[in-house]
This record gives sequence, C-alpha cells and structure tokens, in this order.
Amino acid sequence: MSSRRSRISEEEINELISKLHSLLPESRRRSGASRASAAKLLKETCSYIKSLNREVNDLSDRLSDLMATMDTNSAQAEIIRELLRS
Amino acid sequence: MHFFKCSQGNPNPSPNPNSTNLNVSKTMQTSYFLRAVALINMAMPASSTMQRGRSIRRAAYASMARAAGSRRVWSRAVLRRLQHRRERLIRRPSGAGRRFVIRRRIRVSTPREPTQADVLRRLVPGGKAMDFCNLLEETANYIQCLSTQVSLMQTVADSISG
Repeated sequence: MSSRRSRISEEEINELISKLHSLLPESRRRSGASRASAAKLLKETCSYIKSLNREVNDLSDRLSDLMATMDTNSAQAEIIRELLRS
Repeated sequence: MHFFKCSQGNPNPSPNPNSTNLNVSKTMQTSYFLRAVALINMAMPASSTMQRGRSIRRAAYASMARAAGSRRVWSRAVLRRLQHRRERLIRRPSGAGRRFVIRRRIRVSTPREPTQADVLRRLVPGGKAMDFCNLLEETANYIQCLSTQVSLMQTVADSISG
C-alpha cells in the first residue's frame, strides 16, 4: 500500500458509484431512490460479475454441444453468415 | 475469408463519438470471437465436448480483451494470462503434464473479514494492483464488455441452433 495517495475527490467517487449503479440490471427499478450505499452496490456488482461469468461458462458449453452436432461445413457457413449480419 | 469486412465503415454514423467507439469495439469483439470459434471448429474436430467448451470460454475472454486492447488494466491482465499459458504450452507441447501448477504465494495475513472491495479485486482481472478509484472505473468497463460478450454468444448459439 503506497503511502503517497493522490487526492481523489469525493465527487469523483460518487460519480463512479452512480455510473456503476446504472450498469447493474436492477438499478432501473430504483431509479428514483437516492444512491445506494457503497457496500450494497459493491455487493451487487460482485454478484453481477459472478453471474456473467457463469453465463459465459454455460454458453461456452452450449456452443460446444451445438458444434458437435453440426457438420463442419454448415457450422462454418452459419458462423460466417452471423458475422456478416452483425 | 474476409472476416473484417463488417468492421470497415460504420453503416450508421452517429454524431456521438462515444457510441461510435462502442459500436466499433462491439464489432471487433464479434469478429475476434467468431474467428476464434471457426478456428476451434477446424483445428479440433476430434476433441471432447468439454475440451472444446474450455477453448470457447478462453476465446470469449480473449476476444473481450483484444477488443479492449491495451487501454485497460483488466484487458492487459487477461492478455498476459493467456500469453503465459501459451508460453507454458510451448515448453510442454503435450499440455498434459502437471495439470495443477502450485504457485507459492507469500501470504499477507488479513485478520479482518474480506470486504466487498477485496472480493471485487479478485473478480476483476488485474484488480489487486489498482487503487479504488481505478477499480470502479475498470469494473464499469469490464461489466460492459462482459455483457456484450454474453449477448453476442447468445446470438451465435441461437442462430446455430436454428
């Protein structure tokens, strides 16, 4: 831990906290409420990241299964088609 | 195979430079990921489903990090991790040596309960070295890229399954 800490204004921290708040999925419901406590926000952020990681895992397995059941040529074609569409 | 056709020339030029950057980044993430999946498909036809799943997962994080480039601490950390893994595999091409590398770490005892900030530092790549302000900013960007990756993978899976 460095003893030389740059002065971070409370304003900047509040700004970052509200930005993070707006990225979380449930924040839309409570948009009228005053800003959530920092600890609660961090906790929600952590569980959101964990759930996103879980989704990446599940989707990877799902894609792996799908690729196993398709033959190579059509899988390639499908992937290229998807690329050109996006 | 021209994988980068769609990344050249944004068909919807938007006046807001921030959203243009986001669109370009999303497109890059998509191209990287699809290219990686195509390579996995071609190079490992006989691999087990589980192995392929792990490769796809690595490709997901790799494409996130490549799209973010070296601008972010988290993306640099992810790319570093992947590079170390490649170097380890070059030294032992079989890859099936010691599966579990025992890393000796000097443990600084934290008698207090780990705070949510500590947990967050573990979840965000490279989080341990950031100061709190940077951590929040990196977290916001990391979450954006992660959710983009998730929706991109969902789209690909839905379109393949017809």
